[in-house]
Amino acid sequence: MITNAILQHALLAGTFIAIACGLVGWFAVLRVQVFAADALSHFAFTGAIVGLALGLDARLGLFVFTIACAMLLAALGGRAHIDDLAIGIAITWVLGLGVLALGFFATSSAGSGGASAANTLFGSILGLDAVHAQFAAFIAIGVSMLMLVIARPLLFSSLDPGAARARGVPVVLLGVLFLLALGGVAAEATQAVGALLLLGLVAAPAGAAHRLTTHAYRGMMLSAGIGVFAVWVGLWIANAFPNIPPSTAITAVAAAIFVCAGAPTSVRRWARRTDDGQSTATDNPSPKIDVPSARYRPM
Amino acid sequence: MTNPTLSWNVVWDVRQLLAYPFMMQALLAGTIAAVLSGVLGWFMVLRRQTFAGHTLAAMSFPGAAGGALFGLPGALGYYLASVLAALAMTRRGSPRAETPGLQSARIGLVQAVGLAAGFLFLSLSSGVLGGLDDLLFGSFLGITPTQVITLTVVAVAVLGVLACIGRPLLFASLDPELARSLGVPVRTLEVGFMLLLGLAVAATTQITGALLVFALLVTPPATAQRLTSRPGWSLVLSVGCALVVIWLSLGAAYFSIYPLGFFTTSIGFALYVVALAGTSLSRRRERIQPA
Repeated sequence: MITNAILQHALLAGTFIAIACGLVGWFAVLRVQVFAADALSHFAFTGAIVGLALGLDARLGLFVFTIACAMLLAALGGRAHIDDLAIGIAITWVLGLGVLALGFFATSSAGSGGASAANTLFGSILGLDAVHAQFAAFIAIGVSMLMLVIARPLLFSSLDPGAARARGVPVVLLGVLFLLALGGVAAEATQAVGALLLLGLVAAPAGAAHRLTTHAYRGMMLSAGIGVFAVWVGLWIANAFPNIPPSTAITAVAAAIFVCAGAPTSVRRWARRTDDGQSTATDNPSPKIDVPSARYRPM
Repeated sequence: MTNPTLSWNVVWDVRQLLAYPFMMQALLAGTIAAVLSGVLGWFMVLRRQTFAGHTLAAMSFPGAAGGALFGLPGALGYYLASVLAALAMTRRGSPRAETPGLQSARIGLVQAVGLAAGFLFLSLSSGVLGGLDDLLFGSFLGITPTQVITLTVVAVAVLGVLACIGRPLLFASLDPELARSLGVPVRTLEVGFMLLLGLAVAATTQITGALLVFALLVTPPATAQRLTSRPGWSLVLSVGCALVVIWLSLGAAYFSIYPLGFFTTSIGFALYVVALAGTSLSRRRERIQPA
């Protein structure tokens, strides 16, 4: 299976994108910014079409547009928290621009707008050549490194922005950096594996990791690991059953892990309820994240 | 017939607009969709469930693809996909067991799984889905009278149920803890509202496309809630804004070569920006002037 060149490229790109998505996704879930990831993948979609409509390279348009939108979201959000509503309004408007660009594009170049739109939306991890796969892996490694470098202060500023600011942690800057990482992943993953797979790889492994452990670094590693596992198993399934698209298989595996990760808690809660016959008063109330050490030194 | 041209004579313009039956259907469907999404979107924005609404809009893709694959009659696929997604997105267990982050992960996952399922259906039926553009951006100009009737029935039913649960839902949205302690069935209301939203989005997307319904669901209520904090007025204003958006954009799209989706989103966004600028300006003035 590994001897197949197409699969090799898919494994190379998929593995590193899954690691980056897992790390970024863990923080996205912690900071309640999964919607922002979704929005950025939509922006990437629009960026590709705008790039094509302007006669530029689709990838260039996509990267520039997505990063610009990430900055815009950061500006809109201001402080640590981005409002759901701001993202929703940004999505509608940017997609409206995308429609306009798609109109131009369809009229300008004998219009296969729909087909290329579908390609951008769903990507194809099995359609990568060696250069694209290596490029995707490089970007993903870069984003992962960035996340690992800022992990500690970002963790502090996500959990307690007030205290972090008082200790001199650059909370706003970290928020912007995080959105940039999110934008980088979204731009890269959208063109390499499709917008659809991005959301699955950001939301599912991270959600499962948050369900399984409250330990911060263990959670991050678990999230990346689950992502990689989902990609490998999904690619194997897609290879064994040619009818199933790889992105569907990968998303399905990730979703199954998310659902299974909720099972222990549900069983425990159910057992407790049948034990003492009363409602569960001791459900953990808030995101309880064990910070490795209580001491924190500013950067 | 010549191409329609815009003149300064408004009466003449409107008469031109209504000259074709397809335009009448579009205006009728647009009006119903605007009222429906103006009301439901108002609650959605109030409850900060924009992400959930976005996911429901995206469910039109698996709905359409699944309906085509399994040969479901009419628009059953849309409703099935929407209702399933609405049920999957509602919170499990007690509200404190699932953190907001996990909840958003759940919603994102539902969207990813829905789109993945749609993609699978599409590749299994090994066909290109007729008009991806129509699916995303709507085909306002091809609306049949049957579709308008279906939309009306769904709209009346959804708004009727919402009228019955409106007051407790408002209470539960504004202060869930207090509502729960006073015996309001917060969780049932939550599931019920999500189902209503799912039905409304499914009914509207078939006509407006996945993109437009979201433009009608988010920007008019956001504008209204920015302008006034009184629930009744704000609700009326939200419906009014949605109507203005859809009427203006239908008119603009009719007279120009640019797509309807662009006008709907841009007019909605412009309304919101004006409201934002106006309110922040007046607030600043209040702050400067001593009381």
